[in-house]
Amino acid sequence: MITVENLVKEFGSTRAVDHVSFSVQPGEILGLLGPNGSGKTTIMRVLTGFFPPTEGRVAIDGLDVGEHSLEVRQRIGYLPENVVLYPDLTVRRFLTFCAEVKGIASARRRGRLDEVMTACGLTEVAHKLIGQLSKGYRQRVGIAQAIIHEPRVLVLDEPTVGLDPGQIVDIRSLIKSLGGSTTVLLSTHILPEVSMTCERVIIIDYGRIIAEDTAEGLTLRLRGSEETRVRIVGTHAEVLDAVRSLPGVDAVREEGAVEGVVTLVTRSVRGDALRRDLAALVVGKGWDLLEIRPLPMSLEDLFVRLVHEDREGTA
Amino acid sequence: MRAWAVMRKELVSYFSGPLVYVVVGVFLTVTGYQFYTTLQGYVQIGFGMNILDNFWQEFFVQHIGRYLLIVVPLFTMRLLAEERRLGTIELLYTYPLRDSEIMLGKFAACLTVFLVFLGGTLLYPAIVYWLQPFDPAPFIARYLGAILFLASCIACGLFISSLTDSQVVASSCTLVILLLFWIVTWNEAAVNSSLLTALSQLSTFDHFWAFSRGVIDLKDVTYFVLFIAFFLFLTLRSMDSRQWRGRR
Repeated sequence: MITVENLVKEFGSTRAVDHVSFSVQPGEILGLLGPNGSGKTTIMRVLTGFFPPTEGRVAIDGLDVGEHSLEVRQRIGYLPENVVLYPDLTVRRFLTFCAEVKGIASARRRGRLDEVMTACGLTEVAHKLIGQLSKGYRQRVGIAQAIIHEPRVLVLDEPTVGLDPGQIVDIRSLIKSLGGSTTVLLSTHILPEVSMTCERVIIIDYGRIIAEDTAEGLTLRLRGSEETRVRIVGTHAEVLDAVRSLPGVDAVREEGAVEGVVTLVTRSVRGDALRRDLAALVVGKGWDLLEIRPLPMSLEDLFVRLVHEDREGTA
Repeated sequence: MRAWAVMRKELVSYFSGPLVYVVVGVFLTVTGYQFYTTLQGYVQIGFGMNILDNFWQEFFVQHIGRYLLIVVPLFTMRLLAEERRLGTIELLYTYPLRDSEIMLGKFAACLTVFLVFLGGTLLYPAIVYWLQPFDPAPFIARYLGAILFLASCIACGLFISSLTDSQVVASSCTLVILLLFWIVTWNEAAVNSSLLTALSQLSTFDHFWAFSRGVIDLKDVTYFVLFIAFFLFLTLRSMDSRQWRGRR
């Protein structure tokens, strides 16, 4: 449904996107994960025809974005980053404009408007000016304008940024409900978001794809976290020495100081294997184990690891 | 028709803010005062053979035309500059809209706003007609001239607005260019006569002046049509520049 081949986009001398290739199957939800400034928005802007690629080919439904610009744009619903809408129009007036421009026949327009406003929870603010809406509502208007013409491809740039947790849940379930019939490409820099909404994930950094994985695969990678937190009842010096001397421990950090309880965070590339050793150590010494758990990997950690793996692979 | 949808959106934006109402009010107050004082002047002193026609010619160009020229940049500055500043241009450019549809929708919306201004000025001939009936035919030429002149100013303003995301820059540059085309032949002593003939071909003032005699000359119509077409063409090129420029 979406095909990106060797996409390169340069702004002057800076290369924002560097030979990116991927494809999205019909009905699939694909996540683009990357830190700010990694080229996610640029990829999306090329896909939606906002500007052309410097090199490479981008096609939606087999149609080249540059050659069949209007047909492609008719098939895409796009939510830009930091969605900015016309502050001096009411929600209903703006969505009417979108419906007209996106070619929804006037006979169907009213019904479709009501459907979309209900789906996005906008009915009660239909006659408010967009400029007076809260960030959460504006984001919903942004999603409403993207889905109003029932596009076959939905491109969402950071759809949940700036929303409160309740709204995030609503938006995520809305996106998931569209999957299956609609092909969705969404970008985010929030790690848990992709595993919750996407089926497949592409991780990009400095405009290059550094990893491609399924949501489950990514979760597995995350479980193989490098940091482990243990709380052990025992003598401080003895525990610290014993943990430090375990094979593969790169660093040990102390956390909190409760009398008689030692809380340590260990860092090791051995991950799960180290946790096994830790448990065996505690049992062998006859200490009490209060807690042992891998710390969730932050996006930064994941990136450090992926970039590391990437370099190892190319070296 | 997608240009029609763009035009309606623009009109809602124009009329939901106070700008149109305030400026129409100020414009009608100022031209109303000028109408009264100028008419008094012509009636008491009398210029030329056909006093009333001379009065209308001066009133249309020197008052209605001049004030509208000053007002045009206020309404054209936002057309594309604001879309760029807000970022909504990203929506427009990714909707299934041709650049020409966006441009024509905006152009037509702005022209419609100025038809409201011109509609207000119908009051002046109506008052005179009520006092002393006259042949209304010359007013067809005068209003056609005014519409063409305004459309030219709007086309120019639209182009300037497509170049920047600052409304202040857009309006001041537009005003400078419009004024230049307006006053280019004003100081006849400063240039030799052959240059003056050439300049008067370019002058919006001279062509509008011709219309306000009450005569439609194909030469003047052509001038304004070319003027409009030229700036609309430049606007399209400027909008298209995102294809080969860096950002935005």
